[in-house]
Amino acid sequence: MRRGILVAIPVLGLAIMLQSSIIGRITLLNGSADLVLLVLAAWGLQERVKSAWICGFAAGLVVGFVSGVPWYIYLVGYLVLVGMSRILAHRVWQAPLLAMFTVTLIGTLVLLMLTYFERSLFEVSLAFNLSFVQIILPSILLNMLLAIPVHALIRDLANRLYPAEMVR
Amino acid sequence: MKISFPRSLQTVIIALVAIGLVALALGGYFNPATSWFSRLAVEAQTWISTRYLAVADFLTVPRDVASLRQRNNELEAEVAQLQTQVIDLQQKVTETNILSALVDFARANPAYSYKAAAVIGRDPSPFLRYVIINIGSNQGVLPGMPVVTDKGLVGRVDAVIAEAARVQLVTDAASAVDVRLQSSDTEAMLFGSVTGDLSLDMISQNAKVTVGDVVLTSGLGGSYPPNLLVGQVVSVRKLAYELFQQAAIQPNVDFTRLGFVLVITNFAPVDITPLIATPGP
Repeated sequence: MRRGILVAIPVLGLAIMLQSSIIGRITLLNGSADLVLLVLAAWGLQERVKSAWICGFAAGLVVGFVSGVPWYIYLVGYLVLVGMSRILAHRVWQAPLLAMFTVTLIGTLVLLMLTYFERSLFEVSLAFNLSFVQIILPSILLNMLLAIPVHALIRDLANRLYPAEMVR
Repeated sequence: MKISFPRSLQTVIIALVAIGLVALALGGYFNPATSWFSRLAVEAQTWISTRYLAVADFLTVPRDVASLRQRNNELEAEVAQLQTQVIDLQQKVTETNILSALVDFARANPAYSYKAAAVIGRDPSPFLRYVIINIGSNQGVLPGMPVVTDKGLVGRVDAVIAEAARVQLVTDAASAVDVRLQSSDTEAMLFGSVTGDLSLDMISQNAKVTVGDVVLTSGLGGSYPPNLLVGQVVSVRKLAYELFQQAAIQPNVDFTRLGFVLVITNFAPVDITPLIATPGP
């Protein structure tokens, strides 16, 4: 587990930097992909990985600190995402891509809806239709597109860290 | 029967024959024969030389290919390095042009002190329009300080750490800026939106607003200094039954390509919250 954390934290740090400097600038309408969310989802879906919860907690705190959104939004959003991915990792293990798509879809939706409601309730009134069409749907689409390569990369990383036992 | 000549006579005969042949040759009597021989000799020489060169090429070309390949690799590496340098220099020229424009802006507005900063990131949430800049409290940046470029108003500092700061852009949905229309000197409020579009609200129905009017900060509210350029009116909505007119604004700053900004460090935003009347018990 310690080895997993030692690798996952720098990977997440890199993902946060890439998200802020590059991925956040690539937009579809007004939505953008969330690389950190995808890395967490893919990491949580690896059955042999034990550090997903800690990674979700750390990523939630750091992204919450970087973002103008209140810190608890990302913390809650990422922990819900990790929870979902841990549940699905044990149940849909024969279709990892399907699990990745499911976690990405629901996780993105939960996180963006949390952000929407927080902003609407405490900061400024936002039109739901406009927010859904301009931000939420495009963000989901971008996340789904990025889900496949991110899942492949993280699966390879997990396989290197936790090689499967030889069966004789 | 064998005829024998004395040796001296043989020598004399051979010499005479030789002299005669030389004389005939000099006289041009052997030209057809010499040209035939010379042509034959040249052809033979050519054949031998060509075959020799072919064999020599065959034996030496592999060494040349290897050395050429090595040279080619060296040149390709050099070209790649030079291309990197060209890109780097082009980037530096672009940065220099931007910084030069910022310096011109600072010179044209000497009333304020500025700190230049590079935009190093954007807010991870697509709902927010914030950018992260690479200067913070160590460089004297404080929350609330206005941020501009040579093109006009960008936003204001929202949060600060030692070496970085987060800037809320005027296009953010929660942003509101007191502005005035330069031509009619009419006050209005500038709002951002979830899509990043800017709009003017609270424009008096009596005010005459036309497309192309320049929008400047008014300085009211104490959040921004006055007379910072914001943009231009692109459309006006005036309905008789509404209290105010509205207008859509084209910002002067391209918020998608923010590279460098200036933080106005000697402007202290005024907190007018205590002055706002609250309903009594």
